[in-house]
Amino acid sequence: MFQVRIHGRGGQGVVTAAELLSVAAFAEGRHAQAFPTFGSERTGAPVVGFCRMDDRPIRIREPIAEPDALIVQDPTLLHQVDVFAGLRPDGYLLINSERGFEELGIGELCERFRPERLRTVPATEIARECLGRPLPNAALLGGFAALTGRVSLESVAEAIRERFPGPLGERNVEAATRAHARVAGAEREPARA
Amino acid sequence: MRSQLEGSQAVARTVARCRPEVVSAYPISPQTHIVEGLSDLVRTGELAPCEYLLVESEFAAMSAAIGASATGARAYTATASQGLLYMAEAVYNAAGLGLPIVMTVANRAIGAPINIWNDHSDTMSQRDCGWIQLYADSNQEAVDLHVQAFRLAEEVSLPVMVCMDGFVLTHAVEEIDVPEQEQVDAFLPPFEPRQVLDPDDPVTIGAMVGPEAFTEVKYLMHAKQMQALDLIPEIAAEFSQAFGRSAGGLLRQYRTSDAETIVVVLGSVLGTVEEVVDELREQGVRIGAVGIRCFRPYPLDELREALGQARRVVVLEKAFAVGVGGIVGQNVRLALSGLPVEVLDVVAGLGGRAITKRSLHGLLADALEGRLEEGRLTFLDLDRELVGRELARMGRGGRTGPHAENILRDVGAVAAGSH
Repeated sequence: MFQVRIHGRGGQGVVTAAELLSVAAFAEGRHAQAFPTFGSERTGAPVVGFCRMDDRPIRIREPIAEPDALIVQDPTLLHQVDVFAGLRPDGYLLINSERGFEELGIGELCERFRPERLRTVPATEIARECLGRPLPNAALLGGFAALTGRVSLESVAEAIRERFPGPLGERNVEAATRAHARVAGAEREPARA
Repeated sequence: MRSQLEGSQAVARTVARCRPEVVSAYPISPQTHIVEGLSDLVRTGELAPCEYLLVESEFAAMSAAIGASATGARAYTATASQGLLYMAEAVYNAAGLGLPIVMTVANRAIGAPINIWNDHSDTMSQRDCGWIQLYADSNQEAVDLHVQAFRLAEEVSLPVMVCMDGFVLTHAVEEIDVPEQEQVDAFLPPFEPRQVLDPDDPVTIGAMVGPEAFTEVKYLMHAKQMQALDLIPEIAAEFSQAFGRSAGGLLRQYRTSDAETIVVVLGSVLGTVEEVVDELREQGVRIGAVGIRCFRPYPLDELREALGQARRVVVLEKAFAVGVGGIVGQNVRLALSGLPVEVLDVVAGLGGRAITKRSLHGLLADALEGRLEEGRLTFLDLDRELVGRELARMGRGGRTGPHAENILRDVGAVAAGSH
């Protein structure tokens, strides 16, 4: 079982991101479960979404306390919410930011984890360029595919096209593709660059 | 066809394939996505003929469903929490009149304190109203139970509630096989009402009945529910034949045959409990689980059979009878009367508190090592210190203020948003 927790703010599409990820895993013939937490999902409020994927049917229904991967849609959450809570020592981390971990003020925190599994990707910038709107979801999922290899870029693209048919979907696929290339290409750079 | 979709959408599509002729509903979280989905299907003409009534309250939703059903239309509605309470009078009437309405309840806590999250307080409050109550342990089960619910309701002429955990199931996106239209059509014949308001053959429905016959009419409600106990497994067997997967029935038993300890639950927590059962089995603990899929009518004999050989039964329930103890626990005790089985009542998952594997392991260790007291209600993960502080404040007398606000202040939280 591979468990992903997604942190964002109401309106950024945390629920959609978790759902798209589950659809991508499903497209690859695996079992997947996506669900959000609820309550304060006002626009701008911290929101969490979850996605599990496994080769066998998923029975468990509790929230993900010890994720294998974290996606952070909004770096301003880093000092507001304990986004790292429970992240496994060999876990993956993808943050939507143009900056590095030192600049984000989490350099020390990141030393506890495997550096090659931690990345930032400027998903909002990529989204602005591809969509004309600051919606980082698709780019982050492309980046997640490159970072973890748990889903392919093709499956992410398929999930995006299913959800957003037509030109909107194509522009999102473009954002995912660019972020994927960026994260894949950055593999040999130091994590805290 | 199997697809990855939200529980609510899967239920909406499945209900549509059951061809309801009237859907009357009022939105309330966490049921809203279901009736929104249905209203879309009516708007686009995918569900036709069907009258979608956006009524002004839950009381009207059930009243309209009663009226529709009495004219011979297949009628459906959905609700949750306070919505179910608000329609309560009409809920009883639907059962007393024997009208085969199907209603989804997206289980949610009841205020106060106001809370939108999942537990079973809402449907437990209506457990004795005369409706059949089925509880889904997964979204696939929820979907399949709806198909069976229409068939069951109409065969026995009683209303059926399909209870599915709000948010946990309604808002989860997972792999679901939504039954195909042809499959549903073959399984669910057109509605042939036992009673119908027909201008060509006029009758009244809903006569006032005095002491001379009230008991007899009420007895019939009970007799029909008892008949349903036989019918439910038959329909489940037929469903499994037609759809190629098992769903429904009275109970789901998991690794119970040699179990000394059995955990009894209703609804979606069953999957998590099964995981814990597997982990404990690996450590050599003889443990199993039973999911009660049909709570009303109550499968007394089947539960006695399923649990009677165990040494202890841990009843884990998402509601309780204030001032008494466990509700399902009391029912389980009834099924086991005279047998030397210890029944331990545990309340968990109230108002959306997650029931985690970690908590369940702790609880079951306590149960196995005799640290839970029979006859005493256990509250899983209860913060005793928090409760103690408020009790101490109350003990000091005077105007100590509202509990909810006091406790929220103690935990350092602002009141959560509701909607």
